[in-house]
Amino acid sequence: MENAYSVTGKVETMSDYKIEIKNLYKIFGPNDKSMVDRVANGMGKQELLDHHKHVLGLRDVNIGISANSINVIMGLSGSGKSTLIRHINRLIEPTVGEIIVDGDDVLAMNPERIRDFRRFGASMVFQKFGLMPHRTVLENCMYGLNIQGVETGEAEKRANHWLDRVGLSGFENRYPAQLSGGMQQRVGLARALATDADILLMDEAFSALDPLIRADMQGILLDLQNELHKTIVFITHDLDEALRIGDDIAILRDGELIQKGNPQSIVLKPANDYVADFTKDVNRARVLTLNTLSHESGTEEGLPLNSDLSIEEAMQEMIVSDHNLVTVMKEGKSIGQVSLNDMVAAIAKPKTSQTGASNAYR
Amino acid sequence: MDFLTKFPAMERADLRDLKKGIDSSFKEFSRSWGESIEVFFDPLFYFLVRFEKLLLATPWPIIILIVAALSYLGSRSWKLSLGAAVSFLLIGYLGMWNNTMSTVALISVATIICIALGIPIGIAMSKSDRLQAMITPVLDIMQTIPIFVYLLPVVMLLGIGKVPGLIAVCVYAMPPIVRLTNLGLRLVDKEILEAADAFGSNYRQRLFSVQLPLALPNIFAGVNQTIMMALAMVVIASMIGVKGLGVPVLQSIQNQYLALGLMNGLAIVALAIIFDRVSQQYGKRLQRHREGGNDV
Repeated sequence: MENAYSVTGKVETMSDYKIEIKNLYKIFGPNDKSMVDRVANGMGKQELLDHHKHVLGLRDVNIGISANSINVIMGLSGSGKSTLIRHINRLIEPTVGEIIVDGDDVLAMNPERIRDFRRFGASMVFQKFGLMPHRTVLENCMYGLNIQGVETGEAEKRANHWLDRVGLSGFENRYPAQLSGGMQQRVGLARALATDADILLMDEAFSALDPLIRADMQGILLDLQNELHKTIVFITHDLDEALRIGDDIAILRDGELIQKGNPQSIVLKPANDYVADFTKDVNRARVLTLNTLSHESGTEEGLPLNSDLSIEEAMQEMIVSDHNLVTVMKEGKSIGQVSLNDMVAAIAKPKTSQTGASNAYR
Repeated sequence: MDFLTKFPAMERADLRDLKKGIDSSFKEFSRSWGESIEVFFDPLFYFLVRFEKLLLATPWPIIILIVAALSYLGSRSWKLSLGAAVSFLLIGYLGMWNNTMSTVALISVATIICIALGIPIGIAMSKSDRLQAMITPVLDIMQTIPIFVYLLPVVMLLGIGKVPGLIAVCVYAMPPIVRLTNLGLRLVDKEILEAADAFGSNYRQRLFSVQLPLALPNIFAGVNQTIMMALAMVVIASMIGVKGLGVPVLQSIQNQYLALGLMNGLAIVALAIIFDRVSQQYGKRLQRHREGGNDV
């Protein structure tokens, strides 16, 4: 397994998931191990803090992270999402649990193997960029390659390639302090991509950017992902961001996994009030696709549209062509129909009886 | 009531025996080990003597050129470079050339020793809280103990001369560089260190590519302070036989030669200002990247 994290890094996976997190607990405090049983038996975060002076970070987290997709882990501050992502490359030591990457338990690795895993297997992008102020943009981008031991000329070539890909050509010799926040995070992204690792860990990577730049960066990430197919673990507290870029979303609260699924299932079938409260202000027309609304009915011919289209896009098409019925097409075949009424019903905010209760989470 | 008014001190005879015991055992120690300790410091002695001879043998215009050039390289300022050259010309014209060269040699060698020992100690301290807790009081002692108290055992061991002078200067001048190296390394942004870890750096890579470069402003402040404190020791070092600008100052104190003391004292001040400004400007120049703006 010494070459498991070679530069090309293509290794047979032993399960369906690239990364599997199993029964992971993290408790902060001097006697963390002895607190696990208490937490496993249902002691809450507040009680643990009040009576035992230990802080609950993560409680029995089980997540499978699929290869070649963007996996978003979402939660508010204090939910343990940043703690969780740091377990994957072991910047934080777990209390108990397993993290299996490509069939290998990261938590069983010795320091040398961990360093190798960080060098070749998983690179990281940080919320506050984590750029080195004394290095130029190019030197920052070369950092991972320097650590890998790539020879300087080659490292420069690769770093320049990735700087070009994120649109920073011409800024190679600037220092980070001379760039705007958005540009600094592009350097962070280029630095992480330059190592050619299969796994990309992004810790609230776009949260420090203003909304326009953030949307811009999300676009850059999606474009790159279309071509690179990395396994991306993306942490965010912003549901709109999660829904836009996530192939899969996991929601954390107080260190516990509450719901996991694709964006549409999160919006359509929230697991509890907490998630429902989160999703109630979402622009549903943009998240839901024709695929989810499609149902068998009648023989009437509608406007043929691709099942991947969002309701918003479908409605625009319908207005232009003056239809009020869509025939949903998938790989050239009709799989059902959606009427304008269906769409309106899906977009309209669900009238919930728990409006009062949901305020408890504010 | 005797107990309350009279401190229960040690018996006078016991105390005298204790002091005598310490004195005689140290004398014993210096008699049996003095010579080998002297041999141990021989390389230092020869290095210092050679350097001093080299400075004295070099024609004065070349020295002045070197001083001006080094000042310019350090500070990139013509004014400072010119000021340094003029100060040295004036020093030479007023008959203090040889003494100044001796002092420059002593200060340079002392600074090199302090950096060579102080930075590694500072690095080790930054790595371990326990070591920090152990070394900090030693540094406090080095800086606050009256100089004559440690001058005495040094002189008993090594006699009078250049090496004991150099050791005395180093003991006094080393703490700032150790402290500021330790502080500088500890102040490096945790996020940047985490980034270095996340890319798989080992301790060495992290130290040399991230920590030391980012701690440089503080380390440089330490070097600057070390030079200043070494210069402050010049007069005291001359009391144990170190040649240089301190000797005439000492003479002027003993004989009330006002002009002699003033001139040599001002020569020390001139050296201090030149060293200080050049090293500070150099330190600042290393930090260009901290400024925003686009003047690359």
